[in-house]
Amino acid sequence: MKERAGGGVQNILIVGVGGQGVLLASEILAEAALRSGFEVKKSEVHGMAQRGGVVSSHVRFGGSVFSPLIKRGEADVILAFEEAEALRWLPFLRPKGFLIVNRQRISSPLVTLGLAHYPEDIASVLSSLGDHYIGVDAFPLALEMGDPRLVNTIMLGAVSSLPSIPLTSWRRTLQKKLPERLRHLNQLAFERGRQLIGMQMNKASVIRAPRASSVLV
Amino acid sequence: MNHPLGLQPRIIGSIGEGRLKVLLSGNEAVARGAYEAGVRVAAGYPGTPSTEILESIVEYPEIYAEWSPNEKVAFDVAAGGSMAGARSLAAMKHVGVNVAADSLMTFSYTGVRGGFVLVSADDPGLHSSQNEQDNRYYAKLAQVPMLEPADSQEAKDYTRFGLNLSERFDTPVLLRLTTRISHSKGPVSLGRRKEHPPGGFLKEPSKFVMVPGYARARHPIVLARLDRLRRLAERSRLNRIEWGDREVGIVAAGISYQYAKEIIPSASFLKLGISYPLPPKLLSDFANQVKRVLVVEELEPFLEEELRGLGIRVEGKNLFPRVGELNPDLVEEGLRKAGILGRGRPKEKGEKPEPMFPRSPVLCPGCPHMGVMQALKELKVTVTGDIGCYTLAALPPMQTLDTCIAMGSSIGNALGIEKALQGSSSRKKVAAVIGDSTFIHGGIPALLDVAYNKGQVMVIIVDNRTTAMTGGQNHPGTGITLRGEQTKRLDLVRLCRALGIERVREVDPYDLEEARAILREEIDSPFPSVVITNRPCVLLKRERKGAAYSVDEMVCTGCRLCLQLGCPALVWEEAAREAGTVRIEATCNACGLCAQICRKKAIRSEERA
Repeated sequence: MKERAGGGVQNILIVGVGGQGVLLASEILAEAALRSGFEVKKSEVHGMAQRGGVVSSHVRFGGSVFSPLIKRGEADVILAFEEAEALRWLPFLRPKGFLIVNRQRISSPLVTLGLAHYPEDIASVLSSLGDHYIGVDAFPLALEMGDPRLVNTIMLGAVSSLPSIPLTSWRRTLQKKLPERLRHLNQLAFERGRQLIGMQMNKASVIRAPRASSVLV
Repeated sequence: MNHPLGLQPRIIGSIGEGRLKVLLSGNEAVARGAYEAGVRVAAGYPGTPSTEILESIVEYPEIYAEWSPNEKVAFDVAAGGSMAGARSLAAMKHVGVNVAADSLMTFSYTGVRGGFVLVSADDPGLHSSQNEQDNRYYAKLAQVPMLEPADSQEAKDYTRFGLNLSERFDTPVLLRLTTRISHSKGPVSLGRRKEHPPGGFLKEPSKFVMVPGYARARHPIVLARLDRLRRLAERSRLNRIEWGDREVGIVAAGISYQYAKEIIPSASFLKLGISYPLPPKLLSDFANQVKRVLVVEELEPFLEEELRGLGIRVEGKNLFPRVGELNPDLVEEGLRKAGILGRGRPKEKGEKPEPMFPRSPVLCPGCPHMGVMQALKELKVTVTGDIGCYTLAALPPMQTLDTCIAMGSSIGNALGIEKALQGSSSRKKVAAVIGDSTFIHGGIPALLDVAYNKGQVMVIIVDNRTTAMTGGQNHPGTGITLRGEQTKRLDLVRLCRALGIERVREVDPYDLEEARAILREEIDSPFPSVVITNRPCVLLKRERKGAAYSVDEMVCTGCRLCLQLGCPALVWEEAAREAGTVRIEATCNACGLCAQICRKKAIRSEERA
C-alpha cells in the first residue's frame, strides 16, 4: 500500500529538563505558527515535569496535521535546552535536520548517587552532524542578561529563522504570551538568540515553506 | 472582559462567528465545551491528566465549580446538579472513576434531568499513575454511552454533544480522554454560551429512589435505552467512514485514529466518535467493503472483541501492543508486520549507543517530606505508602516506603499487616505515610478503622497544605476553595481525635532531632497514633527560608551520607579532590536538613559562615 508523503508539515521537537521552560517555549512556537495561518498540534506530557524529569514537547504545523507526536527520524529541528537531552532525542532528527543545542549540562540525582553515568564527550557525537549541529551558549548569556530563566527565550530566538514563521508572528506572540514586566527583557533575549545563530547559520536555509492555508489577523 | 475574581481568563478575543480559532488543550476544550453548552455545576478531584479541566472551568464565573474531597463526592455533586435540572459535569482521572463507580452504576439506572457528562481522563503508558486501566469497559459495565474525541476541537464538540445526548436519552454520558488528548493542543473555534436554566428538582421516587422495588423496574429501561443508542450510533455523524483504498479498512477512535491516519492516510477508515454502544450494521457494511479489517486501539482489545462478537474477521492486538501508549512509530511497525506497509529502511548496523541515564522525578530542594522520611527510615520498620510526591521516597536513595496501591490504601494496608503478624516474632508496629489531600480523599475511614478495631498503626500525615503532585490544588485542609475563596478549614488534629486516636502530635519536619524523637516514641507506644508534619510545600511560597548552605571542602570527608536525603540541590563532585566532595547548588532552599545529617559539620549556612 502507498506510503505517506509526510511532506507539508514542519516538525519541531523541544527537549530539556523540568524547570527549563520547555513548555512555555513550545507554547510560544505553537501560537506563532497558528498566528502565521498554519494548522497546529502540540503535545507534551506534564505532571512530573516540575520535578527534574525529562521534558519534551512536540510541535507540528502545516496544511493538515493528524498525529500530535513526531515520528522518530522526522523532526526537522530539535531544539535541545541541555546537552544530554540532545543526545537522548537525537534518533528523532530526520536526515539533514537541524539540531540546536544549548551547551549546558544538568546532572541528575541518580548520577550524583553514582547509580548512573552522564555521557562524556557529547559534543563529538553531535559534531558528526556537521553544520546541521549548532551549539549555542544560552545559559551564560542568560546569566549575563540577569536571569537564568531567559534560556528558553534565547533558544526560541535561535530557532526562529528556521521554520517558515514570519518574524512579526514571533514578536506578536511573545508580546501576547508574556506578562508586561517580563516582556522587554524577553524580547531582548529573543533578539540576542536570533543574532547568536545568525552568525553560525550562513549556509543553512529555511527548512521548508508550505503555503499557509489562511492567515489570521 | 475582566474576570470578577481578578483571574486572567486564558481564552480571550472576540467570540462570535466561530471564525476565531485559539489553541486549546483537550482539557481546556472540554471546559470550553461545558461553558458553551450551558453547564452550571462542575466538580472533580485533581489527578493527572484530568486536572486542568476543572482549573479551566473555574475561569467561567457562570459555572459553579468545586474541588471535591474525592471523585465519588464530585460525581454525586454533579449528579445532584443534574437531578435539579442543571447541566452538569464531573471530571477525574481513570483511577478516580473507580472511586466514583459506585454512584455511576446506579445513576445509570436513574438517568438524568439536566445533561450529565462524566469525563474520564485515562493514562495509557502510566505517565503519572499507578496503573493503566482501560476505562472504556466502564461504559459497557454501566451500560451508558461513551464518546471519544480525537483532538481538541472534538473534545469541545463532543462535550456539548454529550450533554445533549444525555438529556435526549435520559442517561449519564462517559467522555473518555487519554493523556495525549488531554495534554495536546490544537486549534479550536469558539462559540457563545447557550444558557439552559435548571427546571428545579421534581419529586419522582420511581426514578430517583433506587430501592429494589423501583430499581428493578429501571433495569429494562436501561437496556431499552442502550438499543436506542445503538440505533443512533448507526446514523450519527460522530461515526464516519472515510473511503480510501479498499485493501485495508481501519477502525479506530480517539488518538489511535490520528496515528493511523498519519501513517497510512490512503487506507479506508471507520472513525468512531461513539465507541459504546457500537453500530453493528455500520461496522459490518464497512467490513464487507474492504479486504482486511484492522482495529488500531490503545491498551485492551475493547473494539476488537466487540467486532469479533459481531462475527467480523478482524486483526488488532496481534499487530499492535496491548501494553503502554501507542505512537506513530508503533502503528507503523504494526502495519509493517501485517505486510501492509513495506519493510522500510533496514536498521543501521554499528555500535549500539550507550543507554541514556534516566532522569527520574525527584523531590524539590528543601521539600519538607525529606526530613520525616529520613527519620522514618532510621526506625527500620515496615512503612506503607500512598499516592503523592512522597511516593518518590520509595525510590533510591531514600527507599523508605514499602507499598503504594491506591488513594488512602496506606492506612488499611498497615492495619492488615499488623493484624496478620499479631503474635508472631516480627510484630513491630507498622507505619503508614499519607499526604493531607490523600488522607482527606480516602484515608479518613481507614483511620477510623484503626481506632475502631484496636490497631496500633502509626500514621504520619505529611501535611504540606496542598495537593502538590498535581500542581498545588486546594482542598478542605487548606481552607481555600477552587475559586480562591476563604472557607472553613478542616482541623486535622481535631478530626483524628474525633475518630478515636488519642495520640495526635505535630512535628516540624525540618527539625531532624525532634522528628526522630517523636517518631521513636510513637513507634514504641502500644497505642495507635497520628503524627502530622507542619511545613508547607516549598512550591507554595517560592522564597528561600534563609541564607543558602554550603559545604566546607576542608571538612567534608566525602562520605555521601547527606546524599541519602535525595535533595536535588546536593551534587556530587567527583573531580573536586581525591575523595570527592558534595557541592550545594544555587537551588538550595535553606531547609538545613543536610547540615543536620552531616556528622562532620561540614555543611553550614552561609549567613553564619
